[in-house]
Amino acid sequence: MTDDNSRPLIQMVKVDKFFGSFQALRNIDLEVQKGERIVICGPSGSGKSTLIRCINRLEKHNAGEIIIDGIELTDKVEDIDAVRREVGMVFQNFNLFPHMTIVKNLMIAQQLVRKTSKDESRKLAMRYLERVKIPEQADKYPIQLSGGQQQRVAIARALCMEPEIILFDEPTSALDPEMINEVLDVMVDLAKEGMTMICVTHEMGFARSVADRIIFMDEGEIVEQAEPAAFFDNPKSERTRAFLDQILSH
Amino acid sequence: MSFDLNLILDSLPKMLAGFGVTLQLLVVSGLLGLILAILLLLMRLSGKFYLDWVAQVYIYIFRGTPILVQIFIIYYGLPQFEAVRDSVFWSILREPTGCAILALTLNTGAYVSEILRGGVLGVDKGLLEAGSALGMSARQKFIYITTPLATRLALPAYSNDVISLLKSTALASTITITDMTGIARTIVADTYAPYEVFISLAIVYMIFTFGIQKLFGVFERYLGRYARREE
Ligand SMILES: Nc1ncnc2c1ncn2[C@@H]1O[C@H](COP(=O)(O)OP(=O)(O)OP(=O)(O)O)[C@@H](O)[C@H]1O
Ligand SMILES: [Mg+2]
Repeated sequence: MTDDNSRPLIQMVKVDKFFGSFQALRNIDLEVQKGERIVICGPSGSGKSTLIRCINRLEKHNAGEIIIDGIELTDKVEDIDAVRREVGMVFQNFNLFPHMTIVKNLMIAQQLVRKTSKDESRKLAMRYLERVKIPEQADKYPIQLSGGQQQRVAIARALCMEPEIILFDEPTSALDPEMINEVLDVMVDLAKEGMTMICVTHEMGFARSVADRIIFMDEGEIVEQAEPAAFFDNPKSERTRAFLDQILSH
Repeated sequence: MSFDLNLILDSLPKMLAGFGVTLQLLVVSGLLGLILAILLLLMRLSGKFYLDWVAQVYIYIFRGTPILVQIFIIYYGLPQFEAVRDSVFWSILREPTGCAILALTLNTGAYVSEILRGGVLGVDKGLLEAGSALGMSARQKFIYITTPLATRLALPAYSNDVISLLKSTALASTITITDMTGIARTIVADTYAPYEVFISLAIVYMIFTFGIQKLFGVFERYLGRYARREE
């Protein structure tokens, strides 16, 4: 399946999402190629989180199609499981399991989902902890780590599942300013290695240097998408311009 | 009024002879009640409306009526049915101890299931989403995320319930059981000294409660080891 190079890794076609009568996503069309790095930005409530949460079925879309690496997301549990094996996710609030040590956080899903042996999963866990530069924290509990360290653990936890795609939902916005860079550095490394990434973030420096494409959303719609240079220097839509003025002003 | 210290020293060992019965009532109905509570909880969380509904009605009935009344209904009421007398449960229900344990179990099960449900609802939804995103099944999330965290959250309220179960066991003395309270009542009937006897009885329960509190304290600290920053 994965060998077909012409087909996008993520394909969303005319996707709508409602919460009750409120429409959170309107007619979303989005294609992401393997290795592409997408940044999504937009005002609060514009549907950014909802969009990426539909990709791993944390939210269920109401209309349209979502096809991940050839697997269409429907109610079929096997398909959802298959998609989740390909898609990792990093949350704003880290969501580390507080009752497990760091290394256990990285091992648990390997053991349960991928049926990796305990030794193998510990080895892989340590390898990824080294990659995010905190192997010495392996036996601590999440609460004993700083926010930046916890978020790096969360990234390592997603990587342990060896996903094709990683979704980031505002990974740095719960962090103290001095910790933002240590997390962005890890994300930049990932991007360099060719990971397919979709990041919801307002870190415009990161967006400019890393993204292949920036998507601006407002009121549940994709208003504009462009390469970083075009996006920042020459935004087409009035709404994009207003948004950029606002966030770049401070 | 005089306060007879000798009488206390005399009656204390006698009441403590009933400690075993009190402990048995507490431990047996506590454990059976916990199992019942988990069943009721699973029914409530099953997502099947009829299971949820049955559990809710059950909980409503047993929380909505006095435990003493429940004990009387089981002890005096059930034997009136021939079906009960013919059933395999008769060997248990003909004994007052069996009736008391049954009543205490049914009652504590209703309360504890709600305590556990509070714990389950208190688990951060974000953690379950993280589990889903990692591909864990609903069952795996329940076992490895919800259960340990909900246990920790429910423990303080649960220890309260165990303490009130201890005190409910005293009601067993109303159906001829010779637990500590039952023995105390016999001593009072013989000596006409309710003041000394019941005060010493109260002190024994307080010491018992203190022990339970300490025990749960240890347990809480163990389960909460991950919630402390310094080690
Ligand atoms: N579970 C839900 N139930 C009802 N409404 C929801 C739910 N989740 C999101 N919404 C609504 O959908 C809209 C889009 O939400 P979403 O979280 O996707 O926005 P966002 O762009 O990620 O915003 P933010 O920058 O604040 O994170 C919002 O108006 C929000 O209130
Ligand atoms: Mg959001």
